[in-house]
Amino acid sequence: MNGYFWCGGADGVLHIMKCGDCSLYFHPYQSCCSACLSANVAPAPVSGFGKVLSSTINHQPWFPHVPVPYIVALVELDEKGPVRLLTNMFGESVDSIVPGLRVSVHFEQHGDIFVPLFRPV
Amino acid sequence: MTRYFEKNCVISGAGMSKMYRKPEVYPFNLAVDACRNAIADAGLEIGDIDGIACWPHAAVHVGHGSSAASPVDIKNSLGLKLNWFEAGMGPGQFASIANAIGAIAAGYCNHVLCYRAEGERWVPMYGKAYADGNLPTPEGFNQWTTPYFAPSAATWIALHADLHMRQTGLKREQLAMIAINQRKNAALNPNAVYREPITLDEYFDARMITTPFCIYDCDVPIDGAAAVVISRADAIPASSRPTVRFEAVGTALHDHFSWFQRSDFPNMAMSDAAKMLWSRTDLTPADLTSAHLYDGFSWLTVLWLEALGITKPGATGDFLEGGQRIALDGVLPLNTNGGQLSEGRLHAFNHLVEAVRQLRGEAGDRQVADAKVAVCSAGGGVFGSALLIVRD
Repeated sequence: MNGYFWCGGADGVLHIMKCGDCSLYFHPYQSCCSACLSANVAPAPVSGFGKVLSSTINHQPWFPHVPVPYIVALVELDEKGPVRLLTNMFGESVDSIVPGLRVSVHFEQHGDIFVPLFRPV
Repeated sequence: MTRYFEKNCVISGAGMSKMYRKPEVYPFNLAVDACRNAIADAGLEIGDIDGIACWPHAAVHVGHGSSAASPVDIKNSLGLKLNWFEAGMGPGQFASIANAIGAIAAGYCNHVLCYRAEGERWVPMYGKAYADGNLPTPEGFNQWTTPYFAPSAATWIALHADLHMRQTGLKREQLAMIAINQRKNAALNPNAVYREPITLDEYFDARMITTPFCIYDCDVPIDGAAAVVISRADAIPASSRPTVRFEAVGTALHDHFSWFQRSDFPNMAMSDAAKMLWSRTDLTPADLTSAHLYDGFSWLTVLWLEALGITKPGATGDFLEGGQRIALDGVLPLNTNGGQLSEGRLHAFNHLVEAVRQLRGEAGDRQVADAKVAVCSAGGGVFGSALLIVRD
């Protein structure tokens, strides 16, 4: 159902479901646009730009191989939505991640999966 | 105003099991304890129960885990003769109660046992699987969170709390009052798993889980159960005790079912449920004599206060400041049993049992003055439900 999202980054571009009639983007998959009920919906490339909406510094070692603390941030894409995606920001100072920070997408490949991540522009 | 059917239903009985931080008693047995206690509390016989419901779905013949008792297993254990039963997802942890009221309205049954059974201590969920590296391939909702090392609702809710606290100016020392006040209340509750007081210094020194939440902001997993009997008002035995009746139910979900994609982020599904609740009654937040609000994380209680219109966004910090207003003798006693943060996590079913005891005047050392109208809420993130109950 959401393969377009996880595999779509193979060409370096983030893909998000888009309504062909009212141009609304939405995430994850729906078979119809919940705004205009059009069934003319399909994954479409997006700019990959957005801003940090909120963030948290995670201190709990949920995964033994992942050193803490680390950042989990919620990014809102520039496209008409809202479409919001999680990201980590390893390598960034935890204090530098503030609401409104401009970010762009990059991908981390695991086999045929391309995990979208965001970093400051 | 339309007289909605929930006003013809009462909570005739309420009961709990003992609560265990460590896996000492098989969780299914605790669920049966809670059910029997609720039936006895109602003054009913087991043979009077003709309906049963729980949230969420529970696997048949499995008596542990996050939903530790299937209704049909309870049925077999107690020899119930059922006209109706169900266990499903529904609008939050009080879905079973909304369904029970519907089943009574339809005339399927008169006395419905509703319960929540937790057995996650018996089978550790999060920690062990992650520590062992035996993680399943993420699917469903987890596909959006596990790849980002955010497997817990703590993280998802922290992302709401971060924005909300920046927008409204709510400070951590104000948020702390939720946990501190509840621990004070738990000292008066022999069934609570944590009863030692917390100071503000201890709160600030506590282990952080994910900002802005420290360990005291997170509810306490336990093995245990709580149950209530929902009855037709005209089917209960005569009693000298006060009757606790439903005044309104809120179960709405109007915006997206989503942690992150609601149009009103960082608000949550509780906004929809709270609006529906007040649309079904002439009572208002000013009528409340106690509030029993979901506290899976302390900040959820803050957001319920705002969603229910008890406080205005931006004013909740001042309301909580110092803790006096939410204390047992304050303007609105809050989570008087210690809640999930101190009594233990029963997904608000322990809040409901406590509210019934308060309205009957049976809350012992933690009884609030002149209890008449209580609001209870459950969940609130992707779905939520709220109940307004009154002493008749």
